[in-house]
Order: sequence, then structure tokens, then C-alpha cells
Amino acid sequence: MPIKNIVYAQREHGGDLRSLDDYLAAGGYKGLEATLGMSPDDALYQFHRSGLRGRGGAGFPMGRKAGFLPKDSAKPSYVVCNADESEPGTFKDREIMELNPFQLIEGVTIAGFAVGAARGYIYIRGEYEHQARILDEALAAARADGRLGGDIMGSGFEYDITLSRGAGAYICGEETGLLESLEGKRGQPRLKPPFPAVGGLYQSPTLINNVETLSALPPIMTHGADWYAEMGTEKSPGTKIFSVSGHVLKPGNYEIVLGDTTLRELLYDICGGFREGQDFKACWVGGSSVPVLGAEHLDTPLDYESLQEAGTFLGSAGCIVMDTSGCIVRSSLRLAHFYRHESCGKCTPCREGTMWMEKVLQRIVDGGGRMEDLDLLDAMFGRISGRVLCALADGAVAPVQSAVELFRDDFVRAIEKGAPEPEPMMEAPVG
Amino acid sequence: MNSPLAPDAPETATKTVTLEIDGRSVTVPEGTTVWEAAREMGIEIPVLCHDPVLDPVGVCRMCVVEVEGARTLVASCVRDCEDGLKVKTASDAVVRNRKTLTELLMADQRDTSTRDEKTGDDELFSLAREFGITESRFPGGNSRPVDSSSPVIDVDHQACILCDRCIRACDDIQSNWVIGRTGKGYKTRIGFDLDNPMGASTCVECGECAAACPTGALTNKPITVPIEAKRPLEDVDSTCPYCGVGCALTLKVDREENKVVYAEGREDSANEGRLCVKGRYGFDYASHAHRLTKPLIRKESHYPKTTLTGAMQRKDDGTRKNGVYPDYDKALSAFREATWEEALDLVASKLKGIRDEHGGGALAGFGSAKCSNEEAYLFQKMVRTAFQTNNVDHCTRLCHASSVAALLETIGSGAVTTVYADVRNADVALLTGTNATSNHPVAATFFKEAARNGTKLIIVNPHRPELADHGEFVRIKPGSDVSFYNAIMNVILEEGLEDTAYIEQFTENFDALKEVIARYTPEVAAPICGIEPDRIREIARTIGAANAMIVLWGMGISQHVHGTDNARSLISLCLMTGNVGRPGTGLHPLRGQNNVQGASDAGLIPMVFPDYQSVADDDVRARYEEAWGVPLDPVPGKTVVEIAHGTEEGSIKGMYILGENPFLSDPNVQRARDGFMNLDFLVVQDIFLTETAEVADVVLPATSYFEKTGTYTNTDRRVQLGQTALEPPGEARLDWQILCDVMTRMGYEQGYADVEDVFVEFSDLTDSYKGLRYRHLAGRGKLWPCPDPENDEGIVVLFGDGFPTPTKRGKFSPAEVIPPAELPDAEYPFVLNTGRTLQHWHTGSMTRRAKALDEINPDAFCEIHPDDLATLGVDDGGMVRLSTRRNHIRIKAISSTKTSKGSVFVPFHYREAAANLLTTDALDPVGKIPSFKFCALKVEKA
Ligand SMILES: Cc1cc2nc3c(=O)[nH]c(=O)nc-3n(C[C@H](O)[C@H](O)[C@H](O)COP(=O)(O)O)c2cc1C
Ligand code: SF4
Ligand code: SF4
Ligand code: SF4
Ligand code: FES
Repeated sequence: MPIKNIVYAQREHGGDLRSLDDYLAAGGYKGLEATLGMSPDDALYQFHRSGLRGRGGAGFPMGRKAGFLPKDSAKPSYVVCNADESEPGTFKDREIMELNPFQLIEGVTIAGFAVGAARGYIYIRGEYEHQARILDEALAAARADGRLGGDIMGSGFEYDITLSRGAGAYICGEETGLLESLEGKRGQPRLKPPFPAVGGLYQSPTLINNVETLSALPPIMTHGADWYAEMGTEKSPGTKIFSVSGHVLKPGNYEIVLGDTTLRELLYDICGGFREGQDFKACWVGGSSVPVLGAEHLDTPLDYESLQEAGTFLGSAGCIVMDTSGCIVRSSLRLAHFYRHESCGKCTPCREGTMWMEKVLQRIVDGGGRMEDLDLLDAMFGRISGRVLCALADGAVAPVQSAVELFRDDFVRAIEKGAPEPEPMMEAPVG
Repeated sequence: MNSPLAPDAPETATKTVTLEIDGRSVTVPEGTTVWEAAREMGIEIPVLCHDPVLDPVGVCRMCVVEVEGARTLVASCVRDCEDGLKVKTASDAVVRNRKTLTELLMADQRDTSTRDEKTGDDELFSLAREFGITESRFPGGNSRPVDSSSPVIDVDHQACILCDRCIRACDDIQSNWVIGRTGKGYKTRIGFDLDNPMGASTCVECGECAAACPTGALTNKPITVPIEAKRPLEDVDSTCPYCGVGCALTLKVDREENKVVYAEGREDSANEGRLCVKGRYGFDYASHAHRLTKPLIRKESHYPKTTLTGAMQRKDDGTRKNGVYPDYDKALSAFREATWEEALDLVASKLKGIRDEHGGGALAGFGSAKCSNEEAYLFQKMVRTAFQTNNVDHCTRLCHASSVAALLETIGSGAVTTVYADVRNADVALLTGTNATSNHPVAATFFKEAARNGTKLIIVNPHRPELADHGEFVRIKPGSDVSFYNAIMNVILEEGLEDTAYIEQFTENFDALKEVIARYTPEVAAPICGIEPDRIREIARTIGAANAMIVLWGMGISQHVHGTDNARSLISLCLMTGNVGRPGTGLHPLRGQNNVQGASDAGLIPMVFPDYQSVADDDVRARYEEAWGVPLDPVPGKTVVEIAHGTEEGSIKGMYILGENPFLSDPNVQRARDGFMNLDFLVVQDIFLTETAEVADVVLPATSYFEKTGTYTNTDRRVQLGQTALEPPGEARLDWQILCDVMTRMGYEQGYADVEDVFVEFSDLTDSYKGLRYRHLAGRGKLWPCPDPENDEGIVVLFGDGFPTPTKRGKFSPAEVIPPAELPDAEYPFVLNTGRTLQHWHTGSMTRRAKALDEINPDAFCEIHPDDLATLGVDDGGMVRLSTRRNHIRIKAISSTKTSKGSVFVPFHYREAAANLLTTDALDPVGKIPSFKFCALKVEKA
């Protein structure tokens, strides 16, 4: 059975922990206190030992990434928190920032101490205006209470955090696109290497992590790395928030211990299952950028390795669910449209390929599809993904490619019939 | 720091890596990309977004290759070689991929490409042909717009493949930062500034983007005849005829039409392929209908001479009445056409008559810094031998004579000590009195690039140049340079920031300097130069702390009555801080004309023979008498303005003017004009009927730059070869031959076989050019001195081990503040500052006849501070009347904060509002340079 509120969103304490007093009463800032009492290297070791993996999508071990920052750099180091959260279906960071802003601030401070950073940045999605206000207030409160600024909590550690707001482009969530945007430039991914750990913000060593990742640090430092590592599986330690949306009766954010719960349990037990007369059809379990799963995968345990075995990724765990009333062809077009719109346009295969993918799918939805279109799509997938600067193009191909493979019949039927079946639940126009 | 030139850096053993490409093993230095390694092996991997002169961005993915063991194909232009890598550049997967990509890109192209049709180098269309792609399977058509608002470049957004080459060319090569991307994903387009039409953006029309573009998206508009690939164009390597940067370029010549069709920068050159708007788009004046094609003799009916023909006024609504030129037909009607025989006989006999009757001193000649070394050499030889006088000078007098005088006096050499590009090695670059983005535009790209890479630019100027955007701008009051630099040196000494070891080892007369400097504390200087004492201190500390400082200056330093003092101050500053003779240090007066350095080297100066050998020195003279076979005048001749004054008094009676236009370029020009009208005989050799030629007795049709071969020495001391690209029009003759004909007719026979023969004679007589021959001058040319021209480029940084002075030391020459000749007063409360613009050259005889340049910058204007305009009640763009104690003009006023309050900037190119009617002919006592940058002015609403 799922367990909630182990690491995040301690809602028992009066709905939210937006005031510093409430946060302190709930045990806040114990993690930073513990961290300031150790050496930066020891703190890094704790990150490492906890086994915490990045929650922004790629799942890279957080402690290892922090260890990549050179210790002898002549330039200052930075911590950047990726709060751009623009992946369709993903809304966990929003809730953390809204209900528990200090946990994130404490996490960014802990990370800053461990890597010897001069400053931290939180780059927040432009549309998150409400959350930005909350964070702003929380930052001011932390500063006023000596938890940011000079001599933090009497330790001599000097550090502050700047909140920076995005302007509404998905690509600014990609870490190097984010750094460009943070520097005031056009948000476009950079050529790597150099990787951010060596040449990140202003070409300086930079640790960049997701909100959920950094927010896990305070409890880890409070209760110890082993406490965290003991939860979950060997390769997927700890807990993860799943943002469940779509055709379930109780959508929402649910924190579960990795590996403990299957997809079926998440959807039917935790999220209340489906409407009368409908049942599960498909699910993009890790957000919009991952291959789609069908009913045969319902018993897959939710952890990194099991999902990979099932042919998809845990991603950001923005779990989009569709019941039998949905149309996979239309959904694929909707996703293709999103990626065409959000491709930054830098790499030719992505810029041209996403547009073209959308056009072909549109043709099918409009009733002008031809069987060759499926072969054309097939041939194109490989030309787009893996030949570009960033993972957006892979993300654009994965859901469509998997849909064509897994639900080929639906596509064939749509082409034969001249259009896919009508879709009562999804009236929203594509555009 | 006092180390002389660092010994050659020890050969650092570069690490190498060995890999396999298409089954062949290859070893390359670490850091080589797979694309570069393949190219070395002769394997061409197709690219679209990559260009070896730009930093790779890896966005088009055309260059992908297969790497054994890699998950996906990798972009070879950004992939570094690694040991053991196994690469396949043309496997099936790779080729399929390139094909699909090309097909995708072609889906949006129009049926044909302008570039493909014009210059024939559309890289995308070539690839499509190679892959046999005729139609695309993809639903295409992006219906993006075209933009033809730029006067020189056509933009077709539909043809753009977003390779970013234009963006990098504009940003990284020219540092103009005009182009960016706008929109997202498939809607992305390139955009100019904030997505303005190109013609309404801050674009300066350098053309670098069009040169970099691989598709039909950015193409040059035709300037002369249409650019058509079907027409075979011939490549002629030459150099740019305009400024002292002397950019190397390749002219694309249509032989049949006898026209230059377009121009490209040469990569293997000091300018690294860069050009500015003049070099790239300003070549068509040579084909202008106004070219002189026959010798002209003034009609009897047109004596006595009258003033200039009118014309070239524009109506106030901007429409043209008579065009920008003199009323050509009317001006020509004063002359009749003559044969060369008749004209040359007349010239020789008239000049001989004056010489024989009044002595050689009654004759004078103005040569030109636009002409080649050979022509300059022959011209001074003609004046000295056939005319028997040293009254020979040229426009160096009007631009850097004071700088040269100060340099010769202090360090014994009048040329730059290092090249402009050495700014790359400097920590601090002091750029003073220079508006380099207009007047040395390609050198300015190197300054801006250095600034981006960490060189601190300190820009000292009363007029705000565009370079001020790239460094620290110090706006001193006009004419206050000496006080400012004295105070800087005062602080350096006060705070012990001088280089004592260098001063001791390499300089003299330091005590005299110290004595003067001691009086110029920042507090004393502040009210004079208008810079707060603390700021002066800060700047002094920056300079004092620099490991390497280079000083580059322009005519804002030299064109003052205290121009020599200004230059002395800069020299003292460099000597005091040990900033000469090492990479990234030195003194660089940015020379104005393309060959002002060479013309001076060749002796087009009244006091010296070629190589700056004094005419008054008996031994020197004996050498030249032997070489030239005639006795020579031991008295130094008169300078430009002195000659003009001589015509007024009547002591100068006959003149030969080659390629100069003193009727617009001399200070207080009405006085000069009146003087020249007084001459008994004036012969002008030029390509157009210039304002000066209009009052000549005989006009000889000369050849333009593009019609002749010769050598030119740029501001770096770089000797380069300009080569014949066009046939001269009509009966126009090669200038060197005209000069020889005149000399021969005056009884001094010349028998050169060809123009290189002239160069050989010149270089044999000139130590700094010794051993140079035409065959050495391809590519980057040679810097003089060049001890080993077969193997070496010549010496870049001079004087690491002392100076060519008698003591081998550099001499401090202290300067006191002297006021400008004419201070503002109640009646003339403004300060007049004259100068140039990016698009025009000097008196406009060439550039106002160049289509694109004239279109971009058609009208005379002056710049006035908005506050002053408001006080005067004049709108931006309204007309004003500018008057000085000498004369007045009517001109359009542009509101600009580049000028400070109380100053007015007037470019001197425009005949219809000639700035030099206003300027004063007060001279610097040493350099004899006029004060073009300062006189008192009245401004009224007109
Ligand atoms: C197109 C694209 C969009 C992304 N958007 C986000 C995002 O909104 N938030 C996020 O945390 N990571 C996002 N990522 C992942 C980041 O690039 C990066 O991997 C992550 O911030 C690293 O943090 P983590 O290691 O804590 O996951 C995105 C990646 C791509 C390719
Ligand atoms: S893959 Fe797409 S989104 Fe990523 S950098 Fe390239 S064009 Fe931009
Ligand atoms: S012409 Fe020159 S300044 Fe203008 S956009 Fe192109 S590169 Fe930039
Ligand atoms: S205009 Fe030309 S150079 Fe610029 S991005 Fe487009 S194709 Fe490339
Ligand atoms: S040429 Fe290598 S990616 Fe464009």
C-alpha cells in the first residue's frame, strides 16, 4: 500500500507549511543544521550514500553529479534549482513550492554548502506566478531569520538564493537552455561538453537539480542517508511523487516508495480507478516524453528499472492516463503538436522533423491519411531522435513512435476509415 | 615589465590521438574534430552549419558520421577525435540520414535559389543535386517573407535553413550583434535587432552575413551588372582602395563587361576575410559614367577662371535637383578634349617655363595617399628631379603629420611599432581620438573582439564613438588631451606604477618629463579636461597595472595645433610604463588612407627622401643625386597648407596635383581655393573632374585603383599587392606612365620596363623595403622591415631591444598644455569638430559615385546635441546655418548625444556643405597639421 508524506508536503501540519514557524515546528532546518556541522565533503558523501536520483526526468544519481563539480575552480560555483516544470502532466514541483517552500529553500542551501557555491538560483516556470510569490516571501523570511545571507545560522557560511522567473518556453526546462535563459539569453540548449558541472552558469561550475530532488535533501540530512536508502529498491531508493492526471477518478500528487507499488495499484487503488463503463487503455507514466504503456503493463512495479524493462521511463512521473473512451491517434497528434510548438528550432532534424510529424498525423486525423504515412513515420523517427543537441527531440518521438507500434491497429483503422473514431471526452481543439 | 620581446615560445609537445576513419588510420593533435581530421585525409564530409572560420555549433546535423559503439550518429563538426575511435563517414545509415535531412530542408525551399543562380554556391541546392532529390515527400512550404529593405542585401526568409552562420558572422567576426533568432521551433526565423526589416536595423552593411550564408537566404544585391553564375567571373586578388586597414580581397570580375561584379574578403590575409561596407560594396565608382576618358585643356574662352560650378544641391524635401555631383556637363564645357601628345607637351612646357623663369621653388606637387608606392615614388622623384624642388607633399600632412613628427623625434621611427591585431594580446587598449568603427571598420572588429575576450578598452574622446559600447568611455573636453594624459602620468609616478627598469634601460630625458608632469595633478587637470580627479586616478591605475597596454590613436589626437604634443604624451605614457616592444604593447597611429604609410615611406614629404632620409643631409643627398643622376635641392620644401598659402602670395606659380582634392579637403578652403585660382598653371591628374580639377588648366585622365597594378602599405606597415582587374576607360592612362611621360618631356628621361621595375628601384633605395619583390606580396603581404622575405612575414613587434635613435633610447618629450588656436567666445560659442562617416571617403569623389554607399548615406548632415537643438529651436532633421570667422554653410542637423553639449560634428565629405569652408588653417608648429578638430562656431536655425 502506498504511504504518503514521508519526504514531501507534510500536510498534516495544518494544510501547508508556508510560515517559517510552522516549518520549524515540523522539524524544518534540522537538516541544514546537521549539514553545517559537517565538512562539505561529508555532506556530499551523504548525498551519495542516500542513492537519491534526479527527479527532473533523467534520474541521474544526485550525489555523483554534485561530485563532478571541480573543487579547485578559479570561478565561483553555483547551485541552480530547475523549477521550470513544463512537462505536460507533471505538477509535483508546483505543490512542493506552494505548500512547503522552505523545504526547497533549505535543500538549495544544503546543496550550496556541499559544493561550496557562491549563490543559488531557483528558475521557476513563468506561469507559476502564485508559487513565485510564495517563494519570494519565504526567501525574505529565511533571510530575515539568518537562514540566508551572511553567516547562516551562525556557521560563517555565506549564501543567498535568487528567484528567477521563466517566460513560458518548455525548452527552458532543459538544463542548458535554462542556463542560457538565466544568463539573459535566448533559451536554447547548449552544445555539450562542457557540461554544467564544469562550465554551467556563466561558464562556471554549476549543480543543477530538480525541485523534488533538492527538496529531498533536508529529510536526508535530518534522518541520515541510510534512512532514505533503505526505502525503495536497490537501484531506485527513496520515494517519488507521481502526478496522476487524466481519466482516473482521483487525480493528484501521490508520494510512493519506489518499487512498492504497481501501476495498477496506483491507478485503481490510490487514484480510484475509472468511470462507469470505462477501463484503462493507455498511460504515459513518466510524463509526455516517454513511450506509452498499454493494459499488458499494468502490473509493472513503479521504479526506474522495472519501467525501463517495460519499455518506458519513469521520467518526471507525470502519469497521464487514458481510458477506453480516448483516441490514441488524436492524443499522438496532440503530443506531436506540443513538441512542434516547443522545439526551440536550433537543430534541423528536430525543427523540421517535429513539424513534419505533426503534419502527417494531422493528415491522418483529417481523414487524408495513407498507409505509406505509417512507413514514412517509421522511417522518420530514427532520423530525428539521437541526432540533436538535447533530449526534446527524443521526447517528441518516443510517445508517437511507441503509439504507432503498440496501437498500430488504431492508426490503420483511422486511415482506412478516413478519420479516427469520435472522442467524446476530448473536445478541446488542437491548436 | 621590461622584458624585451619574449623569446619564441618553447615548442610545446602537443598530444596526439590516433583513430580510424573509413578504415584508414590517422594521427592528429588532440582537440581536432572528426570533421577536420577527415578533411586532412581528403575526405569531405558535407556540412551546412559549419564553416571553419566560425566556432562550430552543431545544429544542422548534416555532418553526422557513424562511430563504432555509439548509440546514435554523431555530428563530426563538433565531435573531438579520440584514441581508438572508429569512424565511418559514408555508411548507408549516414547517407540515408543526410538524404532525409536534405529532403526535409528542400521541402521548404522555393523552386530555385537566388544564390544558386547568382554565385552558384548554394550549398543546400548542391547537396540536393548530389543526392538526386528533385521533389520532397514531405508536406512543405513555410511561406516566410522576403525583405529587400537593405540597400545591399536581399533577405529571403523562406530559403533560410537556420544554420546560424550569419548570426555568428555578425556577432563573432564583425561584433555587430545585429542578427538573432526570433520565434520558436518551426516558426523560427532570423531577425535583425528586434525583428526589424534589415534596412531599418542597426546593420552597418558589412556584408559578412551574406558572405557566410550557405543558401539563397542572404544574397548581395547587384552593384554594377547582375551577378550571374553562368557568366564566367575572373578572380583577381587585390586590396581595398579605401582606408589604412588595407583589407585583402578578391574581386570578381566580368571581363566582357569590364566591371567588378562583387568582392569577397580573402581568408589568407591579415583581415582574415573581413570587409566593411566600403570594401565590399564600394567598388563601382570605377565604372561610373563620370570617368574622365580624354585629356582636357581649358578653353581660351574660360579664362579668367571662375569659381566652382553650382549644382548638387538637394531640395529640402530630400529630392535631388541635380544629383550629388558638380553640374558635370557645365563643368566639362570649360574644357576641350585634346590628344595625349598635346596635353603632355603643354604640361611639360608650362612647368618647364615656370621652373626656368622663377626657379624650381615656384613649382609644387601634391601626390596622393590613394596611389601606389610606385606612383608616390615616381611623383616625388618627378618633383625633386624634373621640377628641382622639394615642394612635394600629400594628405599625410592633414592626417598624421604630427603623430609622425612626434614618433620620429622620440623613438626615431614614424611608423607603428606593432600591428592593429596585436590588441588581441593586450590587457588594456587605449583607443583615443579614433572613431574606428567608421574610419577603420575592419580594425574595429578586432578591437571589439578583443574586448569580448577580456581586453579592457579605454576610449578617450570628446565625441562618443561606437566603440564606447565595448569599453570604458572617457569623454574629455575637446582639445584637452595633453592635460588628461599628463595627469594620468602624474598619478602613475605618484603611485610608483612606472616601469623603472624599462625607463632606465631604454629611455632618456625622463627627468625633464618628471618636472613637467609634477605640475599636472588630477586636481589641476580636472577642470581642463572635465574628468573628475578620482576617475583619472582609477584610469591611471588600470593602465599602470596592465601587463601589456597598446595605444591606438586617430586624428582626434593629431589634427590639433597641439597635435604633436598630444602624440608626445601618448608616447611618454607608453615609454614610462614599458609598453613598447612586446606583444600586446606599442604605439599605433591608425593611418587614414590605404597607402598613406607607403606614400610617406616613398618620400612624398617635403623634408625627406624615401625612407625618411633628410634632404638637408649632404651625405644622403649625395646618395640620391647619384641614384637619380641630377643635382637636388638641399632646402626642405613646403608643406600642404604652406603651399596653399604660397599660391596666395604668388610664390608658388605652377602646380601638379595627382589624385588629391584640396578644393574640399584643405582647411579654410575658400582661402585655399582663392590661392589655387591664382596659379599660372595647374595640372590635375585624376579619374573624375573633381572640384580641384574644375579649375585646372590641363586635366589628365588617370586610371582607377582597379585598373592598375602596384603595391600599397597599410597602417600595419604591411606591403600588399593590388592587381589589375579592369581595363581603363577610353584613353585613360596608367598613372606611372603619365608621370614618366611628363618627366621625359621635361628633359629627364625615364625608361622603366614595367611597374615592378619602379618598385625595384624604390625598394633598393629604401632600407625598410629592401629585398621585397612582387612575388613576396601575395596572401598576407609583408610587414616592413622584412629581413627574410622568402620565408617570413616580416617583423610584427618592433623595438624590443631599443630604438633607432642615435642613443638607441626612446626620448621623453614633455608637453605643456597650450590652448587651441581659436577658443569659443560669445559670438562663436560652439566648438566645431570635423571627421568622417562609415560610408564615405574624404571628399566623396569616389564614394558618392558608388551606388550602395550613396544610397545609404546620401545627404550632408551635422550632429548636434539634443539640448542645443532645443535651445536653438531646431527640430531633429531641420536645417541650420553654421558659421565661423571664415565662412558659413547650410546643413541638416541630426540630433545626437554622440557629440557633447556645445560641440558640433560635421563630416567633411559633402561638397554642398563643405565643412572645410569653416575650419581654421592654424597649424601645429611642428607637424604643420591643421586644427581640423577644433575651432569656434556659431549655430543658427536656417
Ligand atoms: C526538453 C526538456 C525539458 C525539461 N524540462 C525540465 C523541467 O521542466 N524540470 C526539470 O526539473 N527538468 C527538466 N528537464 C531535465 C533537465 O534537463 C535536467 O536533466 C534536470 O533539471 C536535472 O535535474 P535532476 O537531476 O534533479 O533531475 C528537461 C529536459 C528536457 C530535455
Ligand atoms: S533537439 Fe530540438 S529542442 Fe533540443 S536543442 Fe535541438 S532543436 Fe532545440
Ligand atoms: S551586413 Fe554586417 S552588420 Fe549587417 S547584419 Fe550582416 S553581418 Fe551584421
Ligand atoms: S540566413 Fe543564411 S546564414 Fe543565416 S541562418 Fe539562414 S541560411 Fe544560415
Ligand atoms: S555541419 Fe555539423 S552539425 Fe551542421
